[in-house]
Amino acid sequence: MAQPVTARLGRGAAWAAFAAYFLVPMGASIYFTLFDRDNHFSATPYTGLFQASGFVPALQMSVEMGVLTVVVLLALLLPAMVTIQLSMPRLRPIVETLCTMPLVIPPIAFVAGIIALQTRLSDADPYGPLSQLVNNQLMQTGLPLLLVFSYVVLALPFAYRALDAGLRLLPLRTLVDAARGLGASWPTVLLRVIMPNLRTAILNAAILTLALVLGEFTLATLLGFTPFPVWIVTSGGDHAQQSTAASIVSLLVTWGGLLILSVFGDRRRTA
Amino acid sequence: MPSVKENTIVTTAAAVELRGLRKSYGEVVALANLDLSIEPGELIALLGPSGCGKTTALRTLAGFETTDEGKVLVDGDDITRLPANKRDMGMVFQAYSLFPNMTVLDNVSFGLRIRKANSAERTRRATELLELVGLPEHAARFPHQLSGGQQQRIALARALAIQPRVLLLDEPLSALDALVRVQLRDEIRRVQTELGITTLFVTHDQSEALSIADRVGVMYQGKLEQLAAPAELYSRPATAFVAEFVGTMNRLPGLMNGGTVTVAGRSLPVDGTAPASGSEVDVLVRPEAITLRPAEDGGGLIIATTFLGSVTRVRARLADGIEVSADLPSHQASALTAGTHVTLELDEQPVLVAAPLPR
Repeated sequence: MAQPVTARLGRGAAWAAFAAYFLVPMGASIYFTLFDRDNHFSATPYTGLFQASGFVPALQMSVEMGVLTVVVLLALLLPAMVTIQLSMPRLRPIVETLCTMPLVIPPIAFVAGIIALQTRLSDADPYGPLSQLVNNQLMQTGLPLLLVFSYVVLALPFAYRALDAGLRLLPLRTLVDAARGLGASWPTVLLRVIMPNLRTAILNAAILTLALVLGEFTLATLLGFTPFPVWIVTSGGDHAQQSTAASIVSLLVTWGGLLILSVFGDRRRTA
Repeated sequence: MPSVKENTIVTTAAAVELRGLRKSYGEVVALANLDLSIEPGELIALLGPSGCGKTTALRTLAGFETTDEGKVLVDGDDITRLPANKRDMGMVFQAYSLFPNMTVLDNVSFGLRIRKANSAERTRRATELLELVGLPEHAARFPHQLSGGQQQRIALARALAIQPRVLLLDEPLSALDALVRVQLRDEIRRVQTELGITTLFVTHDQSEALSIADRVGVMYQGKLEQLAAPAELYSRPATAFVAEFVGTMNRLPGLMNGGTVTVAGRSLPVDGTAPASGSEVDVLVRPEAITLRPAEDGGGLIIATTFLGSVTRVRARLADGIEVSADLPSHQASALTAGTHVTLELDEQPVLVAAPLPR
């Protein structure tokens, strides 16, 4: 039976508004990068990206930090959440509150705390050479661990929510008991039973974390590093078109990655 | 169905002993000095109401719960402190517990993979087990493609694949519909008998327990009230709780007179310890030990009948307002319709007595 015209029109209007909200700025940005003031077409902002000064190191730093943040975050959070769900369910509200805290702490306050800590570490006294060593590792220019650890904290609320949603859907106690009863050690239970069945939740947590790291500006710039988002802003003053092109490419690459991950996740789940 | 003789599935029957187990969760006592011995190859069903401690006992044997006191012995070895993954026990759970990310074959061979069996050996053993539970053609499927009954069969195969010393079944049929329950119950018994594996089966369903087990243990408030063969449990319950929990039981007012009790105009011998003469008691009588006969001057009145096939359950209200149930052969019961006056007769056999309930 045909749907009423008004219903179809309403649906179409909703879709049009939704699409316009995202596509108009995107289209305007793409237009800006491809046409100069005289309306002459040029793809140079895109073709010249890899030759642009600082582009590759900045992108590399962001990607490496993103991957490392995901690994550290999952390694810390997943076993903790599984343990809490299995053995200490009464701690759950406390952990949930703690994991949500970064959402309500302003980045500027967060970075002030980090700088205070980093200043203490960079001082040779009272901790001596050890503090210097730790500080050097934290402040490596290629892969600043200080930023990675900070991003782990910033990504906690998103990763916690994603993993918690997955864990709530899983009969965790039964699966763990079944695997343990069959002789599996705890690492085996985690790697072969829990993680494969949390694939979608883990992917979601990883995607949200990656998106956060690839777009985070405040902490990085205040701590004096130049990952990809900072590079985009700093290069924008002299090469606005190129800077915008870099943003668009990163957006499209992120979307493409999300699409691949989501299709991959769905395919495996319904296999 | 293939039998164990056609394949190479081997299990070792172990003796199990739970000795003086105590376990509390805060103020709640789950196990109160529980003692239980299971002979090699025996199937014991633990039966009891919710919260009686039967699942805690099973999970303690599996290693999923620790005890406050007591010992768990398997073939004389003290495994009380041994972690669950070192106990070699196969378990089937109440909830569907197949690993959703693995095929049926991978699920069944999971324990063998942990034990580092090679691929060919894993596949061979898993296939044998799937044949044993009648689902060899489902090897490549995922759990969500199976029915509940099929999932529990696969869970049984998975539990048996590791050649466990003891098989533990934690209400494995409770999530299934009635017909599948009966089928799978019979299948569990067949497989257990063929393999001769020592088995502990936990259930709150008395028909399940009585039909499947060599012996049934009735638990109440963390203790084993009675452990006996099903027929003995039914016909000679050790306590009033067992008598009323297993099957249907009537309570009739009686008066103690030495070792006998006077009830419904008869004097019957008392089974077990008899209270002091002159004390009022409730006499526990099975429906099949009661006969109701039509009599115009009878003090009882039929209030309902339920046809159950060869027998009919007849419900009558006696002169003192007490209601009783009697199971009568259906051809006899046809004369007893609602409103018929009847007299009540009790079989001449020893009866259990209990402290009277307030009426």
